[in-house]
Amino acid sequence: MGEAMVARQLNTTPQQKKRLRILLAKPGLDGHDKAAKVIALLLRDAGFEVLYTGLHRTIDEIVNTAIQEDVDVIGLSIYSGIHVPASEELLKKLKEEGADDITVIVGGQIPPRDVKKLKDLGVAAVFPVGTRFEEIIDFLRKVK
Amino acid sequence: MPKKEIREEDLRKVVLESGIEVKPIYRPEDIKDLDYERDIGDPGEFPFTRGIHKFMYRYRPWTMRQYSGFGTPEDTNSRFKFLIEHGQNALNVAFDLPTQNGLDSDNPLAKWEVGRVGMAVDTLKDMEIAFDEIPIDKISTSLTINATAPIILAMYFVVAEKRGVDLKDIRATPQNDILKEFIGRGAWIFPVEPSVKLVCDIIEFCAKNAPKVYPVSVCGYHIRESGATPAQEIGYAFSIAETYIDKVLERGLKVDEFVPRFSFNFDIFGNMFEQIAKLRAARRLWARIIRDKYGAKNPESMKMKMIAGGGGAGLTFEQPENNIVRGAYYALVSALSGTQTMALCTFDEAYTIPSAKASLLALRTMQILMEETGVCDTVDPLAGSYYIEWLTNEMEKKIVGVMEEVEKWGGMMHAVEHGYVQSKIARQAYEMQKKIQSGEIVKVGVNKYRMEEEEREIELYDLDMNAVQRQIRRLKEVKNNRDNLKVKESLDELRKAIKRDENLMPYIMEAVRHYATVGEITQVLKDEYGVFKEPSIL
Repeated sequence: MGEAMVARQLNTTPQQKKRLRILLAKPGLDGHDKAAKVIALLLRDAGFEVLYTGLHRTIDEIVNTAIQEDVDVIGLSIYSGIHVPASEELLKKLKEEGADDITVIVGGQIPPRDVKKLKDLGVAAVFPVGTRFEEIIDFLRKVK
Repeated sequence: MPKKEIREEDLRKVVLESGIEVKPIYRPEDIKDLDYERDIGDPGEFPFTRGIHKFMYRYRPWTMRQYSGFGTPEDTNSRFKFLIEHGQNALNVAFDLPTQNGLDSDNPLAKWEVGRVGMAVDTLKDMEIAFDEIPIDKISTSLTINATAPIILAMYFVVAEKRGVDLKDIRATPQNDILKEFIGRGAWIFPVEPSVKLVCDIIEFCAKNAPKVYPVSVCGYHIRESGATPAQEIGYAFSIAETYIDKVLERGLKVDEFVPRFSFNFDIFGNMFEQIAKLRAARRLWARIIRDKYGAKNPESMKMKMIAGGGGAGLTFEQPENNIVRGAYYALVSALSGTQTMALCTFDEAYTIPSAKASLLALRTMQILMEETGVCDTVDPLAGSYYIEWLTNEMEKKIVGVMEEVEKWGGMMHAVEHGYVQSKIARQAYEMQKKIQSGEIVKVGVNKYRMEEEEREIELYDLDMNAVQRQIRRLKEVKNNRDNLKVKESLDELRKAIKRDENLMPYIMEAVRHYATVGEITQVLKDEYGVFKEPSIL
């Protein structure tokens, strides 16, 4: 193996790689933002770059922010029961904007029966209430 | 061989969430400075540590008020009747998120959310249907509404008016605590200053026109749910209450003219003795603040009234039936704390809005406690316990410390505008969650006795899309049939009243009488006041 090759490999080690950028978002009118804030702090501690939209965002606003900020992942946090239609619209809008390379994950009050529904729509991972922190971090470390 | 003696130093250390270290044994010397008359007093006597009524539950047990409301006003009306039929003696109305956020059911921003987490209300018509055949001259009704509280309370008043019930006889409690919405729960609309003005409009209006209404229920509850410690829950709630008092005093009212109708909403989960001491300490501190700082003369002003029971953050998604057991303990703790009203979270709340079965089970939980256990027989049975009295003292000191910190921040309005409280409790919530994940804080079924393959049979609430369509259709019909000129006039009058900085309640009631919608009235307020901009706190 030549020296150039070694250097390239070094460049792809986690320390050198561009940090994963994650947009945490609260779609709709739900005001329960404790989990979104907790996850933001957790992911920042784990070394990711985290942006948080704040409350009461429309899907269009979330998509626009994601594109402008060039994020790798969008995480929706939902406690109001709108996870299926909100995810569906988000994925559709991302596709329309040609931004469907962004990984979408969903967390919150998600009943077991809806986990498969969300994955079928194209949500990459679902983290219902009670998910262990490692599970979220492990998943995100494997993105890209 | 002699047995090795176990020493206190060898035992595990216990520190409560509020930061108080607890010994394994308490003795008379731990409360040697306690003076019965000064610090505890008989029930119904200053400083009300033991309770605000002389005979408490022996004379009148707590009011049972399960939170309910979903779908259309018709759905909610039948759930109300179901609960009343089964022995519930008060109502606690849940509104959907569009109603809480001032959006009509046909607003594009409301799609997916109409009737989902509570009842949809667009116009007076909906409130007329929701309270059809409900004796609003007799029953007391809690309206869990904040940013749009002036509109919803105005509707409730007009429903009463149309049925010939005098406002003076109406017993209701709009939650109407916007400052806590900025900290937890998040159903705010307007900036902090006008939001607080609206809270005070209701307080002032009720003091003058609807004296049996509790115009504000200051919610430590949601602050605690968002990550505050029990001491912070009380401290922040009291700082919020003081903010409202100060603002109403500026309008020229006297403290004894409105503070008797203040009420509080507190949370119950975590260490049970800490919760009991928290609420005993809170009653004592409130009485002292109102008498000594505000110069109240009427003992009614000094009595801290509350609803307690909840405890949503104590419930778990895992092994949901365990929440039935938790609910029963929280109910016991609430009763031992001397609450006036109780509402329990249902065991399925980590999944869905409560099913009829779960609501009934919560009601039965309270009834079993009330009727079978003797908890109502003797007032404040824990009084005089070395531990409880010591802990009550320690909690009071902690609460005072929290209130002093808010003062240093420049008061509660400044603190929420800049996100100081939000930032502090978000970090605490994160630390707490880390401790749960590490097992340092035990949650049965979550980090201990966990079952990886468990059956979770929860009856989930399915939003009836036909009901949503019916709601939108009704809104259209009401708009077609009302006198639109009158609506416009009343909204114009409201706009002028905002510019003149008057109490807006009479103007909102007038608009409501003409079937102006929640969205239309909110829009006028938004035009004049603008909207809150969330501080960045992370």
